[in-house]
Amino acid sequence: MADHTEAVAEAVAGEASKGFAIHPMEQFEIHPLFGGDALNWYTPTNVTLWMGLVIVSVVLLMVIGARGRAMVPSRSQSMAEMTYGFIHKMIVDVTGKEGLKYFPYIMTVFLFILFANLLGLIPYSYTVTSQIAVTGVLALAVFLAVTAIGFIKNGPSFIKLFWVSSAPAALRPVLFLIELISYFVRPVSHSIRLGGNMMAGHAVVKVFAGFAGALGLGAVFPILAIVGVYGLELLVAVIQAYVFTILTVVYLNDALHPSH
Amino acid sequence: MSADAVTPVAEAAAEAAKPGMPQLDFATFPNQIFWLVVTLVVLYFIVSRIALPRIGSVIEDRHNAIANDVDQAAEFKRKAEEAEAAYNTALAEARAEAQRIAGEAKDLIKKDIEAAIAKADAEIAAKAAESEGRIKVIQDNALKSVEEVANIAAVDVVAAIMPSASDEKALKAAIAARLKG
Repeated sequence: MADHTEAVAEAVAGEASKGFAIHPMEQFEIHPLFGGDALNWYTPTNVTLWMGLVIVSVVLLMVIGARGRAMVPSRSQSMAEMTYGFIHKMIVDVTGKEGLKYFPYIMTVFLFILFANLLGLIPYSYTVTSQIAVTGVLALAVFLAVTAIGFIKNGPSFIKLFWVSSAPAALRPVLFLIELISYFVRPVSHSIRLGGNMMAGHAVVKVFAGFAGALGLGAVFPILAIVGVYGLELLVAVIQAYVFTILTVVYLNDALHPSH
Repeated sequence: MSADAVTPVAEAAAEAAKPGMPQLDFATFPNQIFWLVVTLVVLYFIVSRIALPRIGSVIEDRHNAIANDVDQAAEFKRKAEEAEAAYNTALAEARAEAQRIAGEAKDLIKKDIEAAIAKADAEIAAKAAESEGRIKVIQDNALKSVEEVANIAAVDVVAAIMPSASDEKALKAAIAARLKG
């Protein structure tokens, strides 16, 4: 019995002295919601839970919040209308009126990323947008849709997007190759930008939290650092949602007007 | 004791077996992608069927209401301007009318005054003529009296000084010539 407590104390002391036995990546692990270890493609997991909460948040803002339909909007209705106006204006500014056809999907993507990022900032929550699988699918969907739209709208002349007609003739084939490669790199950068930002921020917070656990009274400093990083992460959460969305719109504009 | 010792080792082993980043654990990908697609489909329907049409119609209604109000305000402004113009024309008309009436009255008075002046002038002229006539008569009488007095006085003087030479007719002619001369 005494041995046992001693061992525990030792283990705790060992943990403390090691100090850096922090697992910043643990928070990104996926586990089934209702116990068990089997992870089939349909198993409800923490991913499912937090994606469901994203849907709930969107419904709260865009449906419940805007349900007053008042001429003079309430606060929540005003927020819903501002979100609507923000994305609407973004599409019209970048692509013109033609882009409005894709407004619902762009809005869906924006709201999904925004709320996934923001909900991820709740302590002990899970950030679905920190997963490369999630951001990768989002970016790939945009890439495939934009490419398809480009060829459907413009036919083979969509290739003009890669043919820089303002460059010297000798350089054009080289530029064509570069443009083509950069086009195919788009989904990679598009997805890693979002996923990487979210993952890095959360990992940093976790690392500082680990320091706070190891430092005792000195924990004030890592806690202050967490406060700062948290504020930054709040900014990053919104900005990355914005960046992902505006890049989607810019890519869409390339498909609608390839030879600008 | 031994159990405690084993657990950390087992954990460490388990940790080593796992990839460093759960993000790169491809075994979880089908699950994540499945739930992502489900979420996106649900969200897309909520956004495109309920949220956007509703918010869009509210915004459009508000735009229309504001446009209507602005139109109405413009209409009211137009009416006010019309009323002001009508007021101004009425004012100008009234002013012209007043001026006309004043002019007429002035003309009437002028005529009266002129008539009165003319009448007075005529009366004055008549009186002056009458007076002149009377003055002439008096003057004539006075002249005649002077002649008579001169005659009588001359006859008397001549009779007194030289009675032989008293020729009344010659004296009178001389006196008349003298008075005229």
